[in-house]
Amino acid sequence: MSETLRRVRVLVRPKEGILDPQGEAVRRALPALGFGGVGSVHVGRLIELEVEDESQVEDMCRRLLANPTIEEYEWEVIG
Amino acid sequence: MKIGVVIFPGANCDADALYAVERIGAEPVELWHAEPDLKGVDAVILPGGFSYGDYLRPGAIARFSKVMRPLEEFARGGGPTLGVCNGFQVLTEARLLPGALLQNMSLRFVCRTVPVRVEHPDTPWSGACVPGEILHLPVAHNEGNYFAAEETIAQLEDEGRVIFRYLENPNGSRNDIAGICNAERNVVGMMPHPERVSDPLLGSEEGLKVLRSVLEFAGAKVH
Repeated sequence: MSETLRRVRVLVRPKEGILDPQGEAVRRALPALGFGGVGSVHVGRLIELEVEDESQVEDMCRRLLANPTIEEYEWEVIG
Repeated sequence: MKIGVVIFPGANCDADALYAVERIGAEPVELWHAEPDLKGVDAVILPGGFSYGDYLRPGAIARFSKVMRPLEEFARGGGPTLGVCNGFQVLTEARLLPGALLQNMSLRFVCRTVPVRVEHPDTPWSGACVPGEILHLPVAHNEGNYFAAEETIAQLEDEGRVIFRYLENPNGSRNDIAGICNAERNVVGMMPHPERVSDPLLGSEEGLKVLRSVLEFAGAKVH
């Protein structure tokens, strides 16, 4: 059964212009460790799933995996 | 009057909400998340907590519970519906209320009592208050930072749909928004917890004003 499944990787991140306090905290922490020259940092979420029908992924993203009010997403078939 | 309290796995304010309903003299009814049945209640409260462990996003999984189908129908049909804290998050995820609750600006869980101004008493969940009345209500959340597109915020303000507003913003929410309602005004979501101040033994019973409002709304005799 598993050979009919496709592996899909979904990347979800805060929309442009949406406050990203986690990214901001990481950005502030990096210089403290001696890493200079870091412009901006954004923290998102990586979701990997196996699906029989990849035509459903777009709908999955819109309805559950991402909240379009605050997040944008992209996905690709990786195997 | 029967008031239902939805119990999601991971809810932790359901008992407080049921107790507060009892305190206002209404009949509390437990609504289990896995049963698509509102048991004939006249109003519904979605209590606070961490439904489904806040996995993915707070409220994102709870929004697809079986109980949500009749609840959405009830809410869209004008039934008085109140979401508190996680319940507010569930209502935004279900698109019964606009916007979303982002992580607190401070990145810290905030847990304290804050002054909240009642902006509009013309909802089933604020009618027992006078405009401008200050309630002291506890907040306890990590994602209470209300966000919506600028035009949505403007619309909420223009239509008088910001029902509760912080005097001391604890989370960075836009326009100090603590609670809003839908266009029909029957669905209200708020981050502060009125049910946690429902008895003098808890330090205050100021929160009962929010819940009593629904009795007045229904024309029932106030306890």
